[in-house]
Amino acid sequence: MHELSFAESIADIIRQSVPEDELEDVRIVRLKIGTLSGVVADSLDFCFTAISAQTPLAQARLEIEQIPFTVLCNSCRKTFVNDIGYVVCPDCGGVETTVVSGRELQVTEIELDTEEEKTS
Amino acid sequence: MSIITVERKVLEKNDEIARRNRDLFSSKGIFVINLVSSPGSGKTSILERTLEYFNQRLQVAVIEGDVQTDFDAQRIARYNTPVVQIVTNGGCHLEAKLIEDALGNLDLSGVKLLIIENVGNLVCPSNYDLGEALKVVVASTTEGDDKPLKYPAMFQHASALIINKIDLLPYLNCDLNALKKNALSINPALKVFETSCTTKLGIPEWCSWLESNVRS
Repeated sequence: MHELSFAESIADIIRQSVPEDELEDVRIVRLKIGTLSGVVADSLDFCFTAISAQTPLAQARLEIEQIPFTVLCNSCRKTFVNDIGYVVCPDCGGVETTVVSGRELQVTEIELDTEEEKTS
Repeated sequence: MSIITVERKVLEKNDEIARRNRDLFSSKGIFVINLVSSPGSGKTSILERTLEYFNQRLQVAVIEGDVQTDFDAQRIARYNTPVVQIVTNGGCHLEAKLIEDALGNLDLSGVKLLIIENVGNLVCPSNYDLGEALKVVVASTTEGDDKPLKYPAMFQHASALIINKIDLLPYLNCDLNALKKNALSINPALKVFETSCTTKLGIPEWCSWLESNVRS
């Protein structure tokens, strides 16, 4: 259950990125998570909700963009996508390949609801 | 609505401590491996055979990671090897900070090789850099031949694969060629060893490779 420690790291990043008095305005936290990052999005969501309940981040929710595992074949220059983690080119059988994406695990954006400030 | 662009890795704190660990190991000339596998694949037995093989010719230290008990550290201590046990109390993996803390309790003078035995788990440890030079994954024949496809991240991050309990093959429905093929389709660069800790088959080959990495 390493998603719990990931959720705590995400909460730390939010606290470091948003002024303390605006933490309760945080609504959406956008993440990029690769299919081969070893993270279960539903578990992460569950853990984040659990640790942020009854804190200023209670209204924040995660918006997770799943990044497919994509590999570029250095021989035939084709790219291919799979969920398993195969890195051998299915077209030419080449083993000299480059993983282009699918291992991401990062916070990209934090969206705040600043409506109240504007109207007041 | 206002949007703050962040672009920060979730594990940046761990990665930063791992970098610190790596710098420390490099300054002391210590080669570090992170030994990972599912529980019961024989990591500790491989360690014991490895320590026997080097027989103090190469100074080795060990960090043991387990959810509970110091059984493994007790086993390693019999080989006159500096050892520290990390008990994670439920934690499913080792993190760089745990290693940094453990180093304070480990006498590294003269040590050329540090082996970190991670918590038995094929999922979580793959995310956490500890500052090691390379990861070695153990898959035993009793686990079947499909594990590399079920747990690809672990096999992708490893430099070497030890297929352990090779002596049990005649009694199992494990296709050794399929196991190797599956592992190499996930990571063609894997260096593969076949070992038995009972017959000691393959232990010299594994240890020679390890030693050549330490000395290079």
